[in-house]
Amino acid sequence: MPLQPRSNSKELAKTMGDIEPCYRPQEAKVEADRCLYCFDAPCIMACPTGIDIPGFIKKIANANLVGSARVILESNILGASCARVCPTEVLCEGACVMLDRDEKPIKIGRLQRYATDALWEKKANPFPKTPKRNGKKVALVGSGPASLGCAAELARLGYQAVVFEKDAEPGGLNRYGIAYYKMTPEVAKQEVKWVKDLGVEFRCKSEVGKNVKVEKLLKDFDALFLGVGLGKAHRLGIPGEDKKGVVEALEFIRWIHTKPLHQVPVGSRVAVIGCGNTAIDAVTQAKRLGAKEAVIVYRRGEEDMPAYEYEYELAKTDACGFLFHTAVVEVLGGKEVTGLRLAKTRTDKHGKTEIVKGSVFEEPFDMVIKATGQEKQAPAWKKFLPKLKFDDKGRIEVQKGTGQTSVPKVFAGGDAVNGGREVVNAVAEGKKAALAIHAMLSGQKVAGPIQGSRLGHQDGPRGSGFLQPVRVPELEAAYFTAMKNGAHRG
Amino acid sequence: MADLSINLAGIRSPNPFWVASAPPANTAYQCHRAFEAGWGGLVWKTIGEPIVNVSSRYSSLDLNGQRMVGFNNIELISDRSPETNFREIAECKKRWPDRAVIASLMTDTRENWHEMMKRSLDSGADGVELNFGCPHGMCERGMGSAVGQNPDVIETIVGWVMEAAQIPVIVKLTPNVTDVTRSARAAKKAGAHAISLINTINSITQVNLDKMCPEPYVAGQSTHGGYCGPAVKPIALNMVQGCAADPLVQLPISGIGGISNWKDAAEFIALGSTGVQVCTAIMHYGFRIVEDMIDGLSDFLDSKKMKSVNDLRGKAVHTIGNWENLNLNYKRIASIDYDKCIGCNLCYIACEDGAHQAIALVSPNGHGLGPGRLPGKPVPQIKEVECVGCNLCSLVCPVDQCITMVDVSTGKKPMSWKEYQTRLAAREMKAIPAHA
Repeated sequence: MPLQPRSNSKELAKTMGDIEPCYRPQEAKVEADRCLYCFDAPCIMACPTGIDIPGFIKKIANANLVGSARVILESNILGASCARVCPTEVLCEGACVMLDRDEKPIKIGRLQRYATDALWEKKANPFPKTPKRNGKKVALVGSGPASLGCAAELARLGYQAVVFEKDAEPGGLNRYGIAYYKMTPEVAKQEVKWVKDLGVEFRCKSEVGKNVKVEKLLKDFDALFLGVGLGKAHRLGIPGEDKKGVVEALEFIRWIHTKPLHQVPVGSRVAVIGCGNTAIDAVTQAKRLGAKEAVIVYRRGEEDMPAYEYEYELAKTDACGFLFHTAVVEVLGGKEVTGLRLAKTRTDKHGKTEIVKGSVFEEPFDMVIKATGQEKQAPAWKKFLPKLKFDDKGRIEVQKGTGQTSVPKVFAGGDAVNGGREVVNAVAEGKKAALAIHAMLSGQKVAGPIQGSRLGHQDGPRGSGFLQPVRVPELEAAYFTAMKNGAHRG
Repeated sequence: MADLSINLAGIRSPNPFWVASAPPANTAYQCHRAFEAGWGGLVWKTIGEPIVNVSSRYSSLDLNGQRMVGFNNIELISDRSPETNFREIAECKKRWPDRAVIASLMTDTRENWHEMMKRSLDSGADGVELNFGCPHGMCERGMGSAVGQNPDVIETIVGWVMEAAQIPVIVKLTPNVTDVTRSARAAKKAGAHAISLINTINSITQVNLDKMCPEPYVAGQSTHGGYCGPAVKPIALNMVQGCAADPLVQLPISGIGGISNWKDAAEFIALGSTGVQVCTAIMHYGFRIVEDMIDGLSDFLDSKKMKSVNDLRGKAVHTIGNWENLNLNYKRIASIDYDKCIGCNLCYIACEDGAHQAIALVSPNGHGLGPGRLPGKPVPQIKEVECVGCNLCSLVCPVDQCITMVDVSTGKKPMSWKEYQTRLAAREMKAIPAHA
């Protein structure tokens, strides 16, 4: 059997354990004390959910851990997940003023985990007061980060939110699709519990198109939110793709979340096709599960990879291999995969990659993981909701800032809308949709979280990242351009 | 290298750094260690009738991760017999003839004071320090601060001591009084050779909210402890300067209170101390800290072209006077260096909510790049007309030299409040209009 468990529980507890353990109380206090407690803090501006970061950190420093977690969860119900999976170096931590003072940003992600873990351990209810129900009902399709963000916000605004999930357990990508060493399924389960505690109802094994009808949802509910995510992995469109041993990256990660670790099958020589963050999750976990070799195969070069620097470093630390400028031509083998036929590529002057003639070579692999992105949900949903409009990339078209689709009463957010971004983006889009649904149904406008005083601003503040998130790479580009053009800093 | 040696009322030591009378000065073993590390002198832990201590004894104030910013104790004077203490003093003095060893004393009757003075002399101590300051325990028995809080009693007891004094006498003053100069004057009047201040301040550092009892915790109870450490330095400096500037005192001063490094020491000396005594910083880090104190002070004196530490003494005493003599027509305002600004906006919120609403948040255009990570983020801008020069923004700014206070010309001649009142009375000028 090429795919088989390759390690024991004891070993796996080490290799698959937390890559960054929770802070001990003393560590958290020291780090929290470093925070300057900025006013109108850049980290908040860089957080898509606009968490009051200096606020929650100050509470850690002051030993008010439940209060700290509440600040986090009020803005981002998936604050515990985001603490683990956010690319903080391009979000909050990338905006930290400490980078300009002494180069080391406050470890916001780890502090956020410390506070949310403490809440979890204390079994405290972050929202002891739930508002009175207003009698209105909203249905949410899918139970991933976007729907959870939307449902939690709706529940806190007094709505009855009902989430329809096709899987056996709620949580979506958060439950089944995150690298194990970053986040265990327990975290996703706990977050769902917090959402349930707000009064949100979950109906699992309920799939639109099978046992759930969209027309009925539209009839029975006052509004509908689509947090349906993405579909199956893209087909590679090459011979041999359906051989045994060719697995979708998310399917592979799902095994890890649904089986005991020592029963998760993995190859001995594993090729991962693609070089995004999911590809890195797949290659590192294959290695940690006991693969002798795990190699990324990517059509372009190191400088083009979509994975974050941090992720790339992780894979290098795990001694994963990289075949850059390499295309997959064919999956080799009989019934089962035995290898890949590959070819070197080069980039032409238009930025397109092409195969270098005569460069074909073969490499033996017994497992091939596809991580070249996922298909959109457009084809299915065009059937379910013919009036739903999609853009040319197959993403649901929505009004910016509200998530309102082309169909009345129907809103959407998350990967199905943005094509695949971070958990934190999905939560933010879900929340924005919740506020828009509330505005539509009640006629009342509720502002998103913004910081206290805005007096004295002549130009208007950038404000919380919830309204207008700032992406650090964009900012850095602007920064370096300005530097090149003669600006200077001391 | 500047000469660091001092002569405090006849007590000589190779540098101005003495170990204060406290737990680090309890035994010959500690004294040897202190002198090996380089301390110039040591004031022995107060000798008297041996007492019995409690457990626990110390407590601290921690601040944003910094331990022992303030420190308190409920320990009493030496729990060892006078015989043991004087024998060890003799031993230390013999081994370290160039260092100052001072016997700290506390007792009650005239006879007992005479007896203690004799034994101090016999031990070879370079001088004595009278503990009139200890604010806990001993005062309940009519000693320590019970003496030091009453100038008449100070005068009487110092008088008894002076009858038997053949070596210099330093009177250690308690800060737990409304005006420490009254205590200092009493000591002077009775003939003391020097004063040392401050002793510890009455305090409760913290309440343990689970036990509903302060620390240090002693079987469900606590007591008022003596407060010291870096947090008391400003109070000590104020009292030292007060005594140094008082024409009715004019005694050499051994400065005490929160001194942790050469810079603290230099400030005490600039405000009139001849030497300084250190305890909490030793209790935190050990005797080794004196190496940098010697080194740092020496370099500082060199940089100021002072040949001796005595050239520094009292240099800043006369810059401190009454408020009524300050120049009302002097003005300084805040200035932000945008190349250094990191965009924390603490200056803005401090001024907006805590002071005079003299900082705006504006577009970074025209201010260079502004905070580096987030171009376009509003930057703080001083409203120069509104700025009263209070210093607050420069104090909260976490970046050195980012916000500085710069002098601006008012075009007016210097005028103090006192002169203002005189000129108003003489109808030479109109009243300055009240602030809107």
